Amino acid sequence: MTSAPSNTEAVIAMRQVGTRFGDHVVHAGLDLEVRRGEIFAVIGGSGSGKSTLLREMILLQKPSEGTIQVLGVALEDIADDAALALRQRWGVMFQHGGLFGSLTVLENIGLPLREHTDLADPLIDEIAHWKLSMAGLKAEVASQYPSELSGGMMKRASLARALALDPELLFLDEPTAGLDPDSAAGVDTLVRTLRDLYGLTIVMITHDLDLLWQVADRVAVLAEGKVQATGSMDELSRTDNPLVRPFFDGPRARGAQQQAQAPQPTQEPAWKPK
Amino acid sequence: MTQSRAAQASATATQSSPNDLAVAGAWTARGLGAVGVQLDALVFGAGTTVRFDASGVEALDTAGAWVLHQLLARARGTAASATLQGLRPQWERLLQAVTQHVQDQSGEPVPAAIPAPGAVERIGRSAQTSWEQAHAMLGFVGESASALGGCIAHPARMRWRPILFNIRRAGFDALPIVGLLSFLLGIVVAYQGADQLRQYGANIFVADLVGLSMLREFAPLITAIIVAGRSGSAFAAQIGTMAVTEEIDAMRTIGIAPMELLVLPKIIALVIALPLLTVFADVLGVAGGMLMAQSQLDVGYGEFLDRMAQAVSVTSYAVGIGKAPVFAVIISVVGCFQGFRTKGGADSVGQQTTRSVVQSIFLVIVADALFSIAFSLLDL
Repeated sequence: MTSAPSNTEAVIAMRQVGTRFGDHVVHAGLDLEVRRGEIFAVIGGSGSGKSTLLREMILLQKPSEGTIQVLGVALEDIADDAALALRQRWGVMFQHGGLFGSLTVLENIGLPLREHTDLADPLIDEIAHWKLSMAGLKAEVASQYPSELSGGMMKRASLARALALDPELLFLDEPTAGLDPDSAAGVDTLVRTLRDLYGLTIVMITHDLDLLWQVADRVAVLAEGKVQATGSMDELSRTDNPLVRPFFDGPRARGAQQQAQAPQPTQEPAWKPK
Repeated sequence: MTQSRAAQASATATQSSPNDLAVAGAWTARGLGAVGVQLDALVFGAGTTVRFDASGVEALDTAGAWVLHQLLARARGTAASATLQGLRPQWERLLQAVTQHVQDQSGEPVPAAIPAPGAVERIGRSAQTSWEQAHAMLGFVGESASALGGCIAHPARMRWRPILFNIRRAGFDALPIVGLLSFLLGIVVAYQGADQLRQYGANIFVADLVGLSMLREFAPLITAIIVAGRSGSAFAAQIGTMAVTEEIDAMRTIGIAPMELLVLPKIIALVIALPLLTVFADVLGVAGGMLMAQSQLDVGYGEFLDRMAQAVSVTSYAVGIGKAPVFAVIISVVGCFQGFRTKGGADSVGQQTTRSVVQSIFLVIVADALFSIAFSLLDL
């Protein structure tokens, strides 16, 4: 487990957020706060509005009511140029990659740099190569197209693109879904390395209990349109809230917990690109 | 770590002597743009120690660390050694990460870039692609024919619901646009002919002109072209998207032949719908011509129809309608074929859809030309 960050400045603050699609209420009076430098996870059952929450944080969707502040900027009625500046300060890794099919992996990663900086093309390619290896992909992947990649590689390439502009805030949508256990373990270490090396704040949506136990500093449990509880996995595992219990009861949950609480083997091997 | 406000400032590099370089400002992806050229022009003293003073650096991100590292490496190449001083401790790790990456990288060979093909190679490649495509197309026609044979042998396997659905989509829903365009075409033909005919006092022959040209050529052709653009593209896009989202593979694993569910109903539906649409286009086209004949040439509706009955034989009418099923087969087969050739993502769907429309219109016109030759040889 990583130590709790000392800095408590709020990077994301959501107050009394409500979201409705017609008669369907997704969020009602939801409060949430993410602090600088922490790895924050949002969990919840299917249809609990996790993805909608993420979309609201990254300006893809407007909540019906309430206020959202990201990196100190209020998102409601945000001007276009302010939104553009804000978008360059965060990176998003989408669940299915969201890579552009007409560009190679290297071009995908270099796109934000080409679009928003005046760097020379060869330099952009070099930096993109570095980001590629940072995300744990081999150099030969660079010239391939997204359609030629496996699901796991696509996620890593998407992560590399999210890191292109050195964001302060990184959003990960289901970073380990669809990965083999080995790759998923790689993501665990990768997420921690990123935070430690670049001081990133990471917000992720996940169902991966191992990931939650191993890397998340704080976890918010979403159910019935509200955040039911927030805290470290240890703290959450001691609550009695019937809406939180399912994530800790059951054989899979107990297995992940035992593994996380077992004495750690010697120093975690330094993370290396594969 | 990017400092948002510092990112607005730009990076600077000041060389007070060949051995002293002061770097300052925001060494970030956005701040670096201005100094790129300047850095390339730097010359370091040979055989000495170059000192980098980084105490003025306000922000450093991966791009900045990369450039700084490259600069140090270059200085070490010419000078005896290079030292970096004054960098804030929180960025030391970032610089170490670059060094680590470059070391890892130097071990493995950088994949050689594939050279761009020359003109001859490009021609060869595109010829090969065309040949392969023609070959695959022939295979697809064969597959469709054998699927059709199977369905005729076992009529229970025929899927009526998609056939009816496709008749409505490709046929009934196309009535307004086909009707409007052929009506306008009839007007244009009569209008263009009116001047010439009036000069010879042959006003009544407008019925021959409109009747023959619409029934034999224009109605079948305009209908086929509209349907190719409307439905051929839809077939390709639908099947293409299904191929991308693995729906076709799923269909095969469940034991449903995609040919029987996706292709045959479309072909059969279009073979039924296109001749009917052509009849509709015939009627509207002649109506357009009649309207023009009356207003421009004073040929009344009754006269027009009397003359048309004499001038246009049933054969001409049948020749026009007879072409429609052939066009229908071309449009539906090309549309489905191009859909099945979709590979990869959204880009490919667009490409295949475009191809299906271009190819089916091309083939429809070629087929029409062949029909004209054949009919003139047969004296029809």
